Amino acid sequence: MTPRKKTVLEFTLNGEPRAVLCEPQQTLLAVLRDELHLTGTKEGCSNGNCGACNVLLDGVLVNSCLILALEVQGRGVLTVEGLARPDGTLHPLQQAFLDHAALQCGICTPGFLLSAKALLDENPTPTESQVRYWLAGNLCRCTGYDKIVRAVLDVARSQSAAHATPPPVSPA
Amino acid sequence: MQAFDYHPVTSVSEAVALLAQGASGACLLNGGTDLLAQLKEGRRTANHVVDLKRIPELAEFRLPPEGGAWVGAAVTCRTLSRQAGWRNRFPGLHDATHLIGGVQIQGRATVAGNLCNASPAADSVPALVVHGARVHLAGPAGRRIVPVAGFCIAPGRTILARDEMVVAIEIPPLPAEFGAAYLRFTPRNEMDIAVAGAAVAVDLDGEGSHYRSVRVALGAVGPTVIEVERITARLAGRPVAEVSFDEIAALARAAARPITDMRGTSAQRQHLAGVLTVRALRLAISRARRTQAASPTGDYL
Amino acid sequence: MPSLSASPDGSVAPALRVVGTRPVRPDGIDKVTGRALYGADITLPGLLTGRVLRSPLAHARIVRVDTSAARALPGLKAVVTAADLPPAPDRIEDLGEGAIDLRYLSDNLLAREKVLYHGHAIAAVAASTPEIAEQALALIRVEFEPLPPVMTASAAMKPDAPLLHAGLKTDRMGQRDAAPSNVASQLRHERGNLDDGFRRAAVVIDRRFRTETVHQGYIEPQASTAHVQADGQITIWTSTQGTFAVRSQVAEVLGLPVSRIKVVPTEIGGGFGGKISVYLEPLAVLLSRHAGFVPVRLVMSRTEVLTSTGPTSGSDLRIRIGADTSGKLVAMQAELYYEAGAYPGSPVGAAAVVSFAPYVCEAMRVDGYDVVVNRPRASAYRAPGGTNVAFAVESVIDELAESLDLDPIEMRLINAVREGDRRPDNLPLARIGYVECLQALRQSEHYRTPLTGRHRGRGVACGYWGNWGGQSSATAILNPDGSVSFNVASTDIGGSRASLAMQLAESLGIDYAQVKPRIGDTDSVSYNDVTGGSRTTFATGWAAYDLGQKLAAEMTARLAQRWEVAPESILRAGGGFASGDRRVDFAEASKLVCEDAPLMVSTTVHPKGYGAAFSVQCADVEVDPDTGKVTVLRYTIVQDAGKAVHPSYVEGQMQGGVAQGIGWALNEEYVYNEKGELLNGSLLDYRMPTACDLPMIDTIIVEVPNPGHPYGVRGVGEVNIIPPAGTLANAIHRATGVRLTALPMSPPRVLAALWEKSGYRP
Repeated sequence: MTPRKKTVLEFTLNGEPRAVLCEPQQTLLAVLRDELHLTGTKEGCSNGNCGACNVLLDGVLVNSCLILALEVQGRGVLTVEGLARPDGTLHPLQQAFLDHAALQCGICTPGFLLSAKALLDENPTPTESQVRYWLAGNLCRCTGYDKIVRAVLDVARSQSAAHATPPPVSPA
Repeated sequence: MQAFDYHPVTSVSEAVALLAQGASGACLLNGGTDLLAQLKEGRRTANHVVDLKRIPELAEFRLPPEGGAWVGAAVTCRTLSRQAGWRNRFPGLHDATHLIGGVQIQGRATVAGNLCNASPAADSVPALVVHGARVHLAGPAGRRIVPVAGFCIAPGRTILARDEMVVAIEIPPLPAEFGAAYLRFTPRNEMDIAVAGAAVAVDLDGEGSHYRSVRVALGAVGPTVIEVERITARLAGRPVAEVSFDEIAALARAAARPITDMRGTSAQRQHLAGVLTVRALRLAISRARRTQAASPTGDYL
Repeated sequence: MPSLSASPDGSVAPALRVVGTRPVRPDGIDKVTGRALYGADITLPGLLTGRVLRSPLAHARIVRVDTSAARALPGLKAVVTAADLPPAPDRIEDLGEGAIDLRYLSDNLLAREKVLYHGHAIAAVAASTPEIAEQALALIRVEFEPLPPVMTASAAMKPDAPLLHAGLKTDRMGQRDAAPSNVASQLRHERGNLDDGFRRAAVVIDRRFRTETVHQGYIEPQASTAHVQADGQITIWTSTQGTFAVRSQVAEVLGLPVSRIKVVPTEIGGGFGGKISVYLEPLAVLLSRHAGFVPVRLVMSRTEVLTSTGPTSGSDLRIRIGADTSGKLVAMQAELYYEAGAYPGSPVGAAAVVSFAPYVCEAMRVDGYDVVVNRPRASAYRAPGGTNVAFAVESVIDELAESLDLDPIEMRLINAVREGDRRPDNLPLARIGYVECLQALRQSEHYRTPLTGRHRGRGVACGYWGNWGGQSSATAILNPDGSVSFNVASTDIGGSRASLAMQLAESLGIDYAQVKPRIGDTDSVSYNDVTGGSRTTFATGWAAYDLGQKLAAEMTARLAQRWEVAPESILRAGGGFASGDRRVDFAEASKLVCEDAPLMVSTTVHPKGYGAAFSVQCADVEVDPDTGKVTVLRYTIVQDAGKAVHPSYVEGQMQGGVAQGIGWALNEEYVYNEKGELLNGSLLDYRMPTACDLPMIDTIIVEVPNPGHPYGVRGVGEVNIIPPAGTLANAIHRATGVRLTALPMSPPRVLAALWEKSGYRP
């Protein structure tokens, strides 16, 4: 096997500029876990079928196991480690997962949090079936999804209540 | 994963040149959802991986004023789903592009990739066929345009020359009373591969009472998409009420050439070809008559 | 004195302050922020990557394994094969959820003479990079002599079936057959006169059933790291349900004293019984030693998980039950053929007990057969063996109820076991909550709401699981600020840190937040059985209770000395201590006690009163008559938890078990070709339910206190997976008029059954 030339990957990770040497065949997941030691992003199947490795790439939900690290050159990646505020305040989804006991073993939790965030970023008031559709790419074997779906709906409800403003009056 | 060199090209000519030089060891990387899985599992080998996503031309999505759509090869299914124009004007295509994989797969997967992977069960291909979509190709000798129908010639094989690539998929302008739908059957409701699929497009007369023309394309019931020409011939010019759905289902079943594999049985697939064709036809008719919401499974924006 | 209140059964029990509440789990923040470290997250300086070479064939003799080309590869640090394993001990080891012959365990780690299933490990390598390790695997040459595969129990029991093990002779209740066979053992439970019973029956239903192999489907693949030091001390970091079970298995198969081995548990990403047996740990130890005492990490791919770790048994079943005109069961007979996979050890023994356990019947016979086939060695999966047999029995009970025009809940109430009734193995049941569960379902909003609509049906089924106690150890360290450091060895799969800390807090009368649980390694806590058998919240909870009592007693004794009063004069209230006009709260007491000397107490418990669990379930389904697809519209679980320590996690266990049961019932199965190759070794084609495939799952927790536990707790983790297949089969029947007798009840099977009924020819 011919070792391939390593390349410097520069990208924004959880809001911070990062540079890391990586090989062309390394996936984003491998670089996050093995080079940057951010092991919150999990590997459950390595071919896009379980969602445990989900991250946001420039705000778009993706499987980090199906992306070459070098594909994110110059782009922005958000992982579970970047969800809470620097002062330690949990993201509302993280808090809701705790309050609803929406995790048992917890291995799928990071992926679910990112899928749920991607959903709420795009659609702050999803229906139950929309939540289920958005989470369908994340497998959980412990919970039967019930408490996860409830946690996401609960965040949506409380956020939309907090931001509720009267609808704009349309010029008749 | 096997080792290879990575080439983030920024022009079509660069990509084609690498393909031409790369002998059999160059692979095009678009969304990557098929390619990377295949490379990991050793189902494919590559010495050079040519990433197309930084080619500006391939990222174009346009809805020309005269109708139709231009979908650059690197436009993801997710990008399409977020376009109101795509969802509203092409519900029959949106049916397919919003159920490929889960949301995270759609964040990477492209229609061009779905086509080039040439899986018999590809969701977008039957829908593209009934929309009369065309593929814009580029190679060392220049560009050419071919219909999607006939692009795939066998499982995993297309008419693409070794040094050729897809630049875009073009959806032609559609008639006023056009309606289309794609439905598939999967045991799970998401994250599954079609056991069978059917796309139907209808063009109705002004009253919505007669078929002007009908196209039906079946997926996962043959090595490539099967167009059911006997349905096209039987329905053209006929009143919608004249031909029974049972007869149409029988024609679809007769056209299917399914196999039994781990995802379904031959008998099941044959039967589903009829069931899905009729369901898709009914939905296509109601869309042509503007009586049906954009997507049968709700709007999962 | 604690205040007193009456419990529902009229007895007087202390009011609980902590048990029954829903606090946030102690490890929660780590798990929602990505900081929790699971098996594959362990890294060490100089860590090598390991990979395992696995058999492409289902059944073959190994003629030769040539590793010379691999050994010559630059960057490759170690290669091991079965030749590097010591001779296997011929001894039975009890792993908690099923005993295993160590000879078979060893042979399963690295195949010796034969490969017995597609995916059977043959060699393992360690290298500085994953790419080199993978290249090395490709350089190992294995010469096979292929043998015909035997894939099902029925095929394996044919007289001319190829034998998996030349020396395996059927053990019939202690008597060995003379000739070798693929049937490892036969067991029988019997009482009463079966023929008389069937003669008295007004209705007899006799049906055969088939269930396919399914996998636990935990989302975290197996991952283990080992480091052998030059002095022979071994540390293993691994994702496991039982650190001590790993220690004893590694010690036995490698011929090492347990004193040389320390097992450090990582967080565990699901197990469901599948992370008790070792697969990678001994290989990582061997590789570390052969590579020159550097750490080696082995992580399975998803395909390896599916091909090579224990799924649960497929089975062939025959159930014959007779009832009189009143619905009373008069004779029950079962023949259970369970596929053990490549080595003996299917859960047919547990299945034989589960079979008719919910029913009173004087004439009963259960025959169980443990049959080897060329599939991966079966391992425990949530209530091992229960789902298969309950699918069959509950289908037949439903058919009897229907033919007698009885409501399915009424049918079960007529025949329900109560305290003192005997299981099929004739052991008597203690206080159970089965009847209460049936009544709760009958009174539920779900059951009282009529189901309407075409192609819809409602099904009911029940399940029994015996649970387990086992041994648990724990220590508590009193801190001067009034907090308690709480060390346990039960690995936390689903929130047990919370449920255990709650019981210690309850026992001490302090706040939950004052208890700091921690999962210790095998050198820091005494022996502890696996997290399995629904035992942790019960048995380790017992240990937590006991620790609290011991700690409080020691604090009382020290305060008595300090105050110069008799210990008996000290009263406890709200966690504090009082004698005469002296009164200190727990924190003040802790400060005083710790001034005298540090205080640590430990305990080991082996509670026997583990109390059986019952679950009764109800599902509404809709069947698409054109596609055969079954949609679960509504689902309610009623389960006796004894006492729900943390109700949210009890509900979570119920929902999770049912979700697995629904997957098992409707779509999950191992699909093999005629060569015995697993075709669907991915999470795309091994179809576990997604969020789109399930409805909200309603839970009704019934609390009939278990007299064998200080807070009335009984295990809740497993019984919930037993009824779903029967529940759905019965619902599908009511929706369509068709009885499915094979799992999974997948669309092609439902469609074929509908066609058979209607006479449709595709």
